[in-house]
Amino acid sequence: MQTHALKLVVVITEAALETLLVKDILALGAHGYTVADVRGGGRRGVREGTWEADRNIRLEVICHDTVADAIAEHVLQRYALNYSTTVFVSDIGVLRPEKF
Amino acid sequence: MSLDPVVLFFLLGVFARLLKSDLRLPEAMYESLSIYLLLAIGLKGGVELSKHPIGPLLPQVGGVVLLGLMLPLIAYPVLRGLGRLPKPDAASIAAHYGSVSMVTFAVATAFLVDRGVAHEEYMPLFVVLLEVPGIMVGILIAKLGAGGGVRWGALAHEVFLGRSIVLLTGGLAIGWISGPEALAPQSKLFFDLFKAVLALFMLEMGLVAAGRIRELRRTGAFLLAFGTIVPCVFAVIGVVTGRAIGLSPGGAMLLGTLAASASYIAAPAAMRIAVPEANPSLSLAAALGVTFPFNIVFGIPMYHRIATALVPPAT
Repeated sequence: MQTHALKLVVVITEAALETLLVKDILALGAHGYTVADVRGGGRRGVREGTWEADRNIRLEVICHDTVADAIAEHVLQRYALNYSTTVFVSDIGVLRPEKF
Repeated sequence: MSLDPVVLFFLLGVFARLLKSDLRLPEAMYESLSIYLLLAIGLKGGVELSKHPIGPLLPQVGGVVLLGLMLPLIAYPVLRGLGRLPKPDAASIAAHYGSVSMVTFAVATAFLVDRGVAHEEYMPLFVVLLEVPGIMVGILIAKLGAGGGVRWGALAHEVFLGRSIVLLTGGLAIGWISGPEALAPQSKLFFDLFKAVLALFMLEMGLVAAGRIRELRRTGAFLLAFGTIVPCVFAVIGVVTGRAIGLSPGGAMLLGTLAASASYIAAPAAMRIAVPEANPSLSLAAALGVTFPFNIVFGIPMYHRIATALVPPAT
């Protein structure tokens, strides 16, 4: 089956940012997103997701490379200094490119 | 000192966590229990409000809001001066201590009910009134003189439409509109089962709070002292305010407990958005790791004695 090259941007960060982030990425040109509640640990300690202030989310966006760059740059610039944030971008192949 | 069963449930959670048991309450259960508790507290207060004319309560409302505005202004200089904390951290912690903990209030109410101590049953109204002002003052302190804007719209949404405010206010409104008779068919769930649900929730709170205790090793002795001494001082201020606005000893004790308690739900969420440069592990270690357990185990009985000593019984 033929696939089409696009980017997957993944942002793992504090749940408090969810509404702000979703608004930002849509404004930057993303057409959709997926959010999951996750837990984990890193340089800023462990976040176990047991209650409100202890939750992390994993936000995934499939988009074109220009939008992916814009999102990654924006997230790093605006949030990475003060919030536990991990951002990465990977190459993926999608089956229906018109969706994104 | 005999400990209430709810306190023992809390201690069970603390020990399970400290001893690294694999006990974990499902997240959905935590959510459901907290929704139940907020609604039940709101309903109870609302039903009582429906029995009172609102007019005479207004001076009390004013006094309680003033109390909420004052507490962070007292905490902030202590955090800056004695604690030598950076401005954002001091402002954020001050906001946490200006706001209140609903669960601490619930345990204090259960304490009074068990001992048959009369109190103003519309007190949940004051929980709502005390939740927001402290947070707002904390944010203003952090932003005074600092550059950079605040997204006030997003923030107001976070503070006023946060889950706890919506459920508490909603419960108050439903209870107030419905009155005791209309709610009677639901009273078994919302009122009779309250203490058992609170006990379950306290087990979870023990697990969560103990998770913060370990962080104290990193945050130092100042927060430990702050988290135990400030609640006692705030409790006295709350009790005296209660006396000034004409509350009974039981009501003044509850207001003292509210003043002594620190928020760990509404305040962290709001401060995270409004003052991102503040380190959340400091405020949570203090509010949840120190002050919450302190209030539950030692504070509440002590505030009861303070209120009994300072407030003349209603005649």
